[in-house]
Amino acid sequence: MIKLIIDDKEVEVREGTSVLEAAKKIGIEIPTLCYHEALAPYGACRVCTVEIIRKGRYGLSTACTYPAQEGIEVKTNSEKVKKARKLILEMLLARCPHVKKIRDLAREVGIEKPRFKLDNEECILCGLCVRVCEEIVGVSAIGFVSRGTKREVTTPYKINSDVCLGCGACAALCPTGAIKIEDIEDLRKIPLWHTELKRKKCRVCGEFFAPEVEIDFLKKKNTQILEEFFETCPDCRRKELGNKIGGKICQG
Amino acid sequence: MKKIKTAKELEDIRKSILEKRDTNRPCITICGGTGCRAYACEKVITAFGAEIKKQGLEAKVDIRVTGCHGFCERGPLVVFHPEEIFYQQVTPEDVPEIVSETIMQNRIIERLLYTDPATNKKIKYENEIPFYKKQRRLVFGNNGKIDPTDITDYMAIGGYSSLAKVLFGISPQEVIEEITKSGLRGRGGGGFLTGRKWHYCRSAHGNPKYVICNADEGDPGAYMDRSLLEGNPHSVLEGMIIGAWAIGANEGYIYVRNEYPLAVKHAGIAIKQAEKYGFLGKNIFDSGFNFTIEINRGGGAFVCGESTALMASLEGKVGEPRAKHIHTVESGLREKPTNLNNVETWANVPLIIARGADWYSKIGTKESKGTKIFSLVGKIKNTGLVEVPMGITLREIIYDIGGGIPNGKKFKAVQTGGPSGGCIPEELIDLPVDFEELTRVGSMMGSGGMIVMDEDTCMVDVAKYFLSFLEDESCGKCTSCREGIKRMLEILTNITEGKGKEGDIELLEELAAAVANTSLCALGGTAPNPVLSTIRYFRDKYEAHIRDKKCPAGVCRQLITYSIDEEACRGCLACKKLCPQEAITGEKKEPHYINQDKCIKCGVCLETCKFDAIRVE
Repeated sequence: MIKLIIDDKEVEVREGTSVLEAAKKIGIEIPTLCYHEALAPYGACRVCTVEIIRKGRYGLSTACTYPAQEGIEVKTNSEKVKKARKLILEMLLARCPHVKKIRDLAREVGIEKPRFKLDNEECILCGLCVRVCEEIVGVSAIGFVSRGTKREVTTPYKINSDVCLGCGACAALCPTGAIKIEDIEDLRKIPLWHTELKRKKCRVCGEFFAPEVEIDFLKKKNTQILEEFFETCPDCRRKELGNKIGGKICQG
Repeated sequence: MKKIKTAKELEDIRKSILEKRDTNRPCITICGGTGCRAYACEKVITAFGAEIKKQGLEAKVDIRVTGCHGFCERGPLVVFHPEEIFYQQVTPEDVPEIVSETIMQNRIIERLLYTDPATNKKIKYENEIPFYKKQRRLVFGNNGKIDPTDITDYMAIGGYSSLAKVLFGISPQEVIEEITKSGLRGRGGGGFLTGRKWHYCRSAHGNPKYVICNADEGDPGAYMDRSLLEGNPHSVLEGMIIGAWAIGANEGYIYVRNEYPLAVKHAGIAIKQAEKYGFLGKNIFDSGFNFTIEINRGGGAFVCGESTALMASLEGKVGEPRAKHIHTVESGLREKPTNLNNVETWANVPLIIARGADWYSKIGTKESKGTKIFSLVGKIKNTGLVEVPMGITLREIIYDIGGGIPNGKKFKAVQTGGPSGGCIPEELIDLPVDFEELTRVGSMMGSGGMIVMDEDTCMVDVAKYFLSFLEDESCGKCTSCREGIKRMLEILTNITEGKGKEGDIELLEELAAAVANTSLCALGGTAPNPVLSTIRYFRDKYEAHIRDKKCPAGVCRQLITYSIDEEACRGCLACKKLCPQEAITGEKKEPHYINQDKCIKCGVCLETCKFDAIRVE
């Protein structure tokens, strides 16, 4: 176990814990945009910047990537941290002036209007979508292309991806709402990735639910599960399960 | 070819190579480096081959195409051995005369000799030329002596004997101690003590371990690593093999940008030849040590010179850096202990092993040992690659070696350390060049770019140039670097277009601090240097742009006006004829005028006027 001090409070964590997780353990919330507990830390948004004092040396670092170390001191809200975080949020707000999440975070640190020219982006390039698609879903349908200010998230060659499952994990994790999913009749569309997939009809209610390719993908991954399960929409699955359990209780 | 198994066998082969060579036999060495190639040296090479054949001298004269000699300004360069007569700016038309006169008759062709501009005297020998005199070409000097595609040339000058020395008598720990004691520091920019890095990598847990040669040099105007890999690839390989043995690695990579085709080619040839002689591959020198080197061609992203981005790229991923809280010596390529050094660092290793740490550490300053190769470019008379001992002053490099500023212009600043380095002003020209001193004045050693600027250079424009380079080359992963550079560049652009306002300098400084302190990697960490150093030393120039809407150097188009001095104008019509906007009016032998509404400030009139009548304000 490792002992460190965060905002004058001592905390003990297991080796390999990040400063961000250590802070959370004692109830200190550090704002984040590109962090998700299910994914490897990435350190892109820089919003979780904190001050680390190690062996008498002061420096700024991101709490999500910095591993907790014995004897270090962390300040999550020092003047230096506040100044740096404020400017980072000011730059993000100038990039995405209409994104609610960014506006709220910026307002919390006292920024209403950035001093820079306003752009009109929705994506902050946090990479949550790219990483969930690679690390959790395991298909890497999207990735980063280009460098610097031209960097963006898209599919290879910016055409419809032949591996996208249309699962929507990317949209679920997107902190700014930049990725939109449209379910229309038997189709699932993710316009940003040029994805257009046929959806499966529920054997019970007849409603369309998940994309067929996603269901096939899951079937291959989970060969023990009954075919029926994949033919049923989540609502009907719940109902059927409820009925079964209910029936058993009544019988019992 | 039988693989060499002992140090004695290596020495025997070296002797037999030398015995076969008649040192008195004339040898024409022609620079085949990148700079001379730009001057079409390949035609000169072909011409020499044809002429030697034509005169039936194949058995009497050798031709050797070498790597870069450094004095690129004067290419194509040809040196005649054994006398070491130095000809410059040689054309294919000169070749028949050279062969008949210099080779056959030992007569010097005066017009091909270098003229010392200070004394106006012709100089006959390479080592007497001021450009070379103050240099100490320990690493780079062999470039001119060997054919980089022929391993026996390298072996003839003692190549691979350091490797033999290490494998037959020095323990890995002792090698690391020796490199540490020598004081060698990373030549790629970081300046970390090489021996210590090796030690950390050797001590790290995990297998396999890797060594990498970083040849992704990407600074505008810098080409020393390129020329070293092109001109003496075996010295880099030998350094890597020694390093791998000391660290305990069996696999190595050279990450070289694909825009360096000659370096890729020569490194590839060198690896094959080294394998043939048993210096690479399985059971090197029959010692039981296995080591292979693979070449990986980079796509040309500047950020891939950053060690973690380079490793990501080597793994086939997007070349973007990751947080380095756990060092690459512990978890680098494929999350295994990895030791990465730059081309020049590796090339120093055989030298240190051969001549000893004590000898090496006597060269240089207290904290920076040995020599450093700089790429001396910009507004300088002698453009080229120079290798100098650490601690030499900027003045010596710029004036004694570089020959000063051309066209009688005044020196203004020198930019060191590549795009993330800083501009050093005239008042610091006596600064001794080493890692600490350059950092202290707000610049850095970087990989050794040195761009000289004269009085016609606008420092705000320079900062803008480097920032626009970095805006393109930032990987864009982290907010601070991507957005910060973009915003700094916006402000700088405004300033150079006359839209600067009070508070801009302070906002630049605020942004610079945030980018430097909160970026993920060193690219972002150092990106503000061009802005900060120009503000530090040339604040008045920024103020002139912002307050007076003037560009004192006359560079920023929106802030200057061209006019014609009536007194000086002779009415020669030259400018009028060339003005692309037809903005100039006036009759023959009458003073001309520039219509400001039409003028696009292209400067053609200024370049054309023979009477110095164009005024820029």
